[in-house]
Amino acid sequence: MRDAGVHPGAWWLWALGLGTAATRTTNPLLLALLLAVSAYVVTTCRPDTPWSRSYGAFLKLGLAVLLVRLLFAVVLGSPIPGTHVLVTLPEVPLPHWAQGIRLGGRVTAEGLLFAAYDALRLATLLVCVGAANALASPTRLLKTLPGALYETGVAVVVALTFAPNLVADVQRLRAARRLRGRPDRGVRGLLQVGLPVLEGALERSVALAAAMDSRGYGRTADVPASVRRTTAALTLGGLLGVCAGTYGLLTAAGGGYGLPVLLAGLAAALAGLRLGGRRTPRTRYRPDRWTVRACLVAGSGAAVAALLTLAASADPAALHPGVVPLTAPALPLWPAAAVLLGLLPAFAAPAGRAEPTAASRSAEPAVRSEAADHAEPRRSPRSAGRAESAAPAAARARPAARIQAAVGAEPAESPDPRESSKSSKSYKSSPSEEPPS
Amino acid sequence: MIRFENVSVTYDGAAEPTVRGVDFEVPEGELVLLAGPSGVGKSTVLGAVSGLVPHFTGGTLAGRVTVAGRDTRTHKPRELADVVGTVGQDPLSHFVTDTVEDELAYGMESLGLPPEVMRRRVEETLDLLGLAGLRDRPLATLSGGQQQRVAIGSVLTPHPRVLVLDEPTSALDPAAAEEVLAVVQRLVHDLGTTVLMAEHRLERVVQYADRVALLPAPGAPLVLGTPAEMMAVSPVYPPVVGLGRLAGWSPLPLTVRDARRRAGALRERLAERQDPGPSADPAAAPVRLPTPTSPPPSVRRARRLLGRPRLTAPDPASSPVAEVRGLAVRRGRVRALRRVDLALAPGETVALMGRNGAGKSTLLGSLVGLVQPASGVVRVGGAEPYRTPPRELVRRVGLVPQEPRDLLYADTVAAECAAADRDAEAAPGTCRALVAELLPGVADGTHPRDLSEGQRLALALAVVLTARPPLVLLDEPTRGLDYAAKARLITHLRGLARDGHTIVLATHDVELAAELADRVVLLAEGEVIADGPTADVVVSSPSYAPQVTKILAPQRWLTVAQVREALR
Repeated sequence: MRDAGVHPGAWWLWALGLGTAATRTTNPLLLALLLAVSAYVVTTCRPDTPWSRSYGAFLKLGLAVLLVRLLFAVVLGSPIPGTHVLVTLPEVPLPHWAQGIRLGGRVTAEGLLFAAYDALRLATLLVCVGAANALASPTRLLKTLPGALYETGVAVVVALTFAPNLVADVQRLRAARRLRGRPDRGVRGLLQVGLPVLEGALERSVALAAAMDSRGYGRTADVPASVRRTTAALTLGGLLGVCAGTYGLLTAAGGGYGLPVLLAGLAAALAGLRLGGRRTPRTRYRPDRWTVRACLVAGSGAAVAALLTLAASADPAALHPGVVPLTAPALPLWPAAAVLLGLLPAFAAPAGRAEPTAASRSAEPAVRSEAADHAEPRRSPRSAGRAESAAPAAARARPAARIQAAVGAEPAESPDPRESSKSSKSYKSSPSEEPPS
Repeated sequence: MIRFENVSVTYDGAAEPTVRGVDFEVPEGELVLLAGPSGVGKSTVLGAVSGLVPHFTGGTLAGRVTVAGRDTRTHKPRELADVVGTVGQDPLSHFVTDTVEDELAYGMESLGLPPEVMRRRVEETLDLLGLAGLRDRPLATLSGGQQQRVAIGSVLTPHPRVLVLDEPTSALDPAAAEEVLAVVQRLVHDLGTTVLMAEHRLERVVQYADRVALLPAPGAPLVLGTPAEMMAVSPVYPPVVGLGRLAGWSPLPLTVRDARRRAGALRERLAERQDPGPSADPAAAPVRLPTPTSPPPSVRRARRLLGRPRLTAPDPASSPVAEVRGLAVRRGRVRALRRVDLALAPGETVALMGRNGAGKSTLLGSLVGLVQPASGVVRVGGAEPYRTPPRELVRRVGLVPQEPRDLLYADTVAAECAAADRDAEAAPGTCRALVAELLPGVADGTHPRDLSEGQRLALALAVVLTARPPLVLLDEPTRGLDYAAKARLITHLRGLARDGHTIVLATHDVELAAELADRVVLLAEGEVIADGPTADVVVSSPSYAPQVTKILAPQRWLTVAQVREALR
């Protein structure tokens, strides 16, 4: 259920933390541990959506990176001096202008091992990004953008849903080629459906644009001219400040003014964005809230990154095991313990995989009362299923009774008084809205 | 609520206005059905209500359209979004987000409603449309009926006062269509929503309409009246009205129930002609079974095992054109078909029916080798379609897909025909001759995109027939066709069947199946649940019985044409 979900930003921070940690070490044991941690968290925490299957794809991508890197090490050789020759490939003589490049030649165990360590690091980084994808789809992350960027966010979401449609179109049109008696496989078949696919995509986007327009996309509120001008000035000035500040930080001369100008520019730009949000009268449906769990999730990722960075400077030998001479890498104890911190989300935020109960699946529309909806997030995810099956009974009561039940049930269900007062307030505002049935 | 004042719309580059002098008013809380043949500008009228015409489509709108007092000239579609909800023909091109719940909330987010209101309305709408069990599902995984309901729900959440629906049920099976229409009716009755709806399948919707706005011909003025008045003069009408006109009932009945009350005398007259015998048109197959009861299940099962209809197989000795034995197909984890047995005799017309997602298209796909069987045998003309090279297969079987446009690549009709001749290795001019026959009066230089739905279907059919396959398959051929185009299609297909082609139609259109098919195969969840002569199968099923059958039950007439023939 979406209620059990942690803020998508937290998942991305956690995954990027793990990724950062991966860049700090080439110890294969630590990297394997990082992979295992990410895999365990993904399997316990991922929601049941099509996005969540992307982890497998990233694993394959990581494996491909590893293999390609090894292949290059074999073919192009490696600068690592090694004594353990595994195999000697015939060397292709190259002209003198290609000096420094070697094709074929000796393949040493040291060179291969170095390449493998290096590639494993990159693969781990990729897999961490895959974990973020699986745990919180980029679509969900885009929804947390500030109001002024809302329309850009929607455009990106639409673009993301467009790719699968395009793939489906290509498949359908290739099938249609077969019906015409032309071969449906091969590159030529793919090229010849290109134009019809593009035509279809264009038509679909026009239809979608019409639908979005008639559903209110791009509505703007009237904002006084002064506010509009302030917004423009703040945003432009802020961006200029950011540029100047960055320049100052990067040049040797401007060390003094760089940081303050950068920060001031950033603040002005953010204020501009916030003010710009007034022009778009948008609200957010069930926004993801930054909860204690989100803090734990993000914090565990950050801790792993910080501790491994620390370990890398404190004990570089353990985190970067040498390949010359060949030694078996040892598992440094306390960095390993630090990596295990990344498992925290698996216990702090396991996926509430509340399957739809028989009641909500039945043909009769299963009414879920507001009470159940408000109470659910605060129950442990395992009991969410039970809450759902109890809901229809409560909901068959008259609406007024439902409201009372909701308000009455709220304090008992939720230990957080702020929450309950908020939801009862929403009922007080309700008489202006006519319920449809 | 909606007021058109002498509205004419001329699109850029068009010589004539698409609609001319449209002048009518829809009061609040009415359901008005916009009817008329294809190409009279129904979609233009609907678009003018939401402001998409002319703000989005371009063109010139003369006159004035006001919705809830707002002039669409000065209000863009987005500024009408809080009063008008529009749902187009294809729900998939309407969706902005990817899950049901987000889609329902999207419109309200754009309007800036407070989060508490949004939350409550999403829950209410989920219940109203029976979508509560689907709230977290990705939109792409829903069935057609569910998608259409989500599309309607997504425009309902901002509580628009006007709902504009363009062919809401044309892609749906009969049960899903009823589901959607029940929701629309509930909105009109309970919430006082004003609904303006265009639909070709009048037999599904006309009984729900308070009034009918009729566009009788291109450029003709719009007339507004009660459904009975309008149906008496309309060029498009459902079978119930056809029967009423035939029997001379006045006022015309619009529902099966009303018609049944009137039909006593007609039933008596028809009862005297107990045995209509083979009608003038042999392909129409008006088989009247001696017993009014459907055969016991055991007989049906036995017949299914035999895979051949009892009465209509033209010649049991002739070998089947295609044979399917124990076919199972998997799509990912879903078992799309299981243990399907089917034998198709030469010259037979078979209708595949069943709800959206029952496996009709998959079965057609496996007959043309698009789908790999997981187990079982498929043989078409002695070859296994999946393993036969396409070039050979086109001479054994041809499929017109759901979207006939997929089959057409060229810029002009002539180029399309030349390519079809090359693909089929037929004599040059074969396809063009077929086009001339199926689609008289279409110029060589016409772009396939500029053809109407019905014309495009005929062109695709001609392309498929160029290779002269003995087995012709059609997937949903009547989607988006008006009654005239449908009648032309039926004539063509009957001609093909007379020439010995075997025809298989996958369709939701019970009236088409009644008109055309000798035999109906019902699929559910990938299994064949009934297989027998049309009269036999459809009469016993409430959702698949055509209107004439329902009216004249327990007698077993299927179409108005049969009744007309019998009364002659």
